[in-house]
Amino acid sequence: MEQNAIECRNLTKRFGQVVANNGVNLTVKKGEILSLLGENGSGKTTLMNMLSGIYYPDSGEILVDGKPVTIRGPKDAFALGIGMVHQHFKLVNVFTAAENIALGYEEKGRYDIRAVTARVKEICQRYGFELDPDKKIYDMSVSEKQTVEIVKVLYRGAQILILDEPTAVLTPQETDKLFAVLRNMKADGKAVVIITHKLHEVLTLSDRVSVLRKGEYVGTVNTAEATADSLTEMMVGQKVDLHLDRPLPKAPAPRLVLKDVSAVSAEGVHTLDKVSLTVFSGEILGIAGVAGSGQKELLEAIAGLQPISEGSICYDDVRTGAAEELRGKTPLQIRDLGIHLSFVPEDRLGMGLVGSMGMTGNVMLRSYRSGKGIFTDRKAPRQLAQRLKEQLDIVTPGVNYPVRRLSGGNVQKVLVGREIAAAPTVLMAAYPVRGLDINSSYTIYDLLNQQKEKGVAVIYVGEDLDVMLELCDRIAVLCGGKLTGLVDARKTTKAQVGTLMARQEKEDA
Amino acid sequence: MELILTILSKVFTVTFFQKAVTQGVPLLFGATGEILTEKAGNLNLGIPGIMYMGAVGGLTGAFFYELNNPDPSGAVGVLLAFVGALLFSAFGAFIYALLTITLRANQNVTGLALTTFGTGVGNFIGGSLSKIAGTSGQITVYTTGQAFRTTIPGLSQIPVVGPLFFSYGFLTYLSLALALFFAYLLVRTRYGLNLRAVGENPATADAAGINVTRYKYFFTILGGAVAGLGGLYFVMEYLGGTWQNNGFGDRGWLAIALVIFALWRPLRAIWGSFVFGGLYILFAYIPLGDAAQEILKMLPYLVTILVLVVSSLRRRAEEQPPASLGLSYFREDR
Repeated sequence: MEQNAIECRNLTKRFGQVVANNGVNLTVKKGEILSLLGENGSGKTTLMNMLSGIYYPDSGEILVDGKPVTIRGPKDAFALGIGMVHQHFKLVNVFTAAENIALGYEEKGRYDIRAVTARVKEICQRYGFELDPDKKIYDMSVSEKQTVEIVKVLYRGAQILILDEPTAVLTPQETDKLFAVLRNMKADGKAVVIITHKLHEVLTLSDRVSVLRKGEYVGTVNTAEATADSLTEMMVGQKVDLHLDRPLPKAPAPRLVLKDVSAVSAEGVHTLDKVSLTVFSGEILGIAGVAGSGQKELLEAIAGLQPISEGSICYDDVRTGAAEELRGKTPLQIRDLGIHLSFVPEDRLGMGLVGSMGMTGNVMLRSYRSGKGIFTDRKAPRQLAQRLKEQLDIVTPGVNYPVRRLSGGNVQKVLVGREIAAAPTVLMAAYPVRGLDINSSYTIYDLLNQQKEKGVAVIYVGEDLDVMLELCDRIAVLCGGKLTGLVDARKTTKAQVGTLMARQEKEDA
Repeated sequence: MELILTILSKVFTVTFFQKAVTQGVPLLFGATGEILTEKAGNLNLGIPGIMYMGAVGGLTGAFFYELNNPDPSGAVGVLLAFVGALLFSAFGAFIYALLTITLRANQNVTGLALTTFGTGVGNFIGGSLSKIAGTSGQITVYTTGQAFRTTIPGLSQIPVVGPLFFSYGFLTYLSLALALFFAYLLVRTRYGLNLRAVGENPATADAAGINVTRYKYFFTILGGAVAGLGGLYFVMEYLGGTWQNNGFGDRGWLAIALVIFALWRPLRAIWGSFVFGGLYILFAYIPLGDAAQEILKMLPYLVTILVLVVSSLRRRAEEQPPASLGLSYFREDR
């Protein structure tokens, strides 16, 4: 018989002035996979952190197996059989997998890493994980690290497994593997809660879906009765058009001409290998490729952040009509020509924004040189920050609130918005929707489309091929630093792009 | 050529090795204590001050005992000196822990302030004791000092082996035992695993159910107490129970340098302390004149810089400082 593994009643949690969860109810049954949906900043992670003991609720009640419990810390959560796999892995880099798994777990008897290793192997076999317990974390790929996290939770005998956006960092194949493992756990009678943005994953994997919106509980539906559209509507609170506009480029003219551009990394590897490419005004050029195929290097070469070993990058300046060679120019000179890079790294704040400064301060990073004499002009940036906040719907208590404390989607809006505000002629956006929910993603797509219509040459590096095929005019495919294809996005299929992405690997094999 | 031979003949003697060990012991105590502290993620630059406080604390305990007892017993003096040294140095480390862990003050600033403070406390109390001691102004806790200097009777008489290995007081062997013990604790026990996790990634340790604050407090204070024994050694065994303001010199900083040299491993700190001890006194064995001596006194620090350069170039994760060293931890900080 199905029984409730967890029941939350009226949970509320505040961070200063921000209410992260407001009277949230949630029920998780044994032997089911529950998806928790919600836009960025809707309080999914906060809710799960309260269940795993990272945060303590301000008010409300949690019931496990029908009994009211108090979860004061992670230890209490373990004791109740609740295990969480965080979005940002909580692993010690210099430890082995087994050491990480043993960490903080007080078993009877002496500490014996060999016994831990043996049990880890046993768990891996039972659920079908692939993991080497003696491998150090810093040698591991993202998906291996995630496996360590999940095994760690199972090692502690968790009956309730919470996964915070587990697929955001995985390739499609790795995702399939993960889902197979999760289904094994479900068959084993464990309760699984999965937080995700990807609607098709929700629909294929879960039994029920619970939705949060702006910190409040919206409702729960059976997956069998839900569609992508109905879930989106619950999440956003209004109907959202999932269709992307793609106007034809107006009067395209060559804006950037790359010729035989090569770059060599510090380790002596060719990160770019004779890439020749023309970027036109008024189009969105997509760059596709497996992670680490040279996308980042290509953008950095154009932006002047990375020296190129050979080749030339010619920029056609519409304002003066002159053709400029970008090679050898400093990043600042290149930016002054109107070429802007908005790069969203995996940790979002690593490049481009200063976490402890507010929106005003971060906007100023682009304009502080324009003040009079030794004084900076704070007024214009403040107004711009205010305008960005309103136009892009950035949720922040104020323009001087540290951006580090904003949710991921809002951080990305600040980053992209700032670059667009400078009226660029070339806009490079790398992974601008990484980790974003649907609504925020579409805001970003709309922003890119607006720029395109203004005649800006937009270069878009993305991960989701479906979106790229809908949004971009042309797609350049990189593989191992080489340009393996340049296709018309209107006439290409996902499979064709996929083949180009893997071309190099086949040759090597 | 002749010069090198002279130097070699001077250096490769039993006395040189003996003196190197004598110089190395306070460094080993200090480094072991600092390794424990740093493994908890706290960079305690107050160690020189804490060691100095340990020195004066040990002196105070023994001093008042000998002052009030006309016929003092060495064992009681040793015990009181120990209690005094541990109390003073643990208190110093407690100030640091309170400021950096609970109040999350900047660790570097707090540590440097504590070094200045500890030196001041030492000099103040040392000066005060001199006044109490009377006319000569020279403090001696002779009985306790001799008790600390007692060697194992039979073994120290053996030629060569005796002076090399058995000519030291019990604190020398205690320093080795502690370094061995903590090396074992760090690698082979659950406490060690938890402690290393706290210093590497406190958020991870916290999520794993480890009480980060308790670990940081415990090992910062324990580390301070262990380092304080280095001060006790210096004042009791090295100086034989006398006091001289600022006599401790730069040994505290050398202990911190030794932590880097040892790449945060107590076992490496053992032989490292003897290397440092040897380098510290090498100037006295090389007849190059006064100016050159000052350069030679820099040798331990030069070696530390070399180690830093080499380990930075090699970039092996195991040879780097604990990843969250110097950062304070607050659970709900987003």
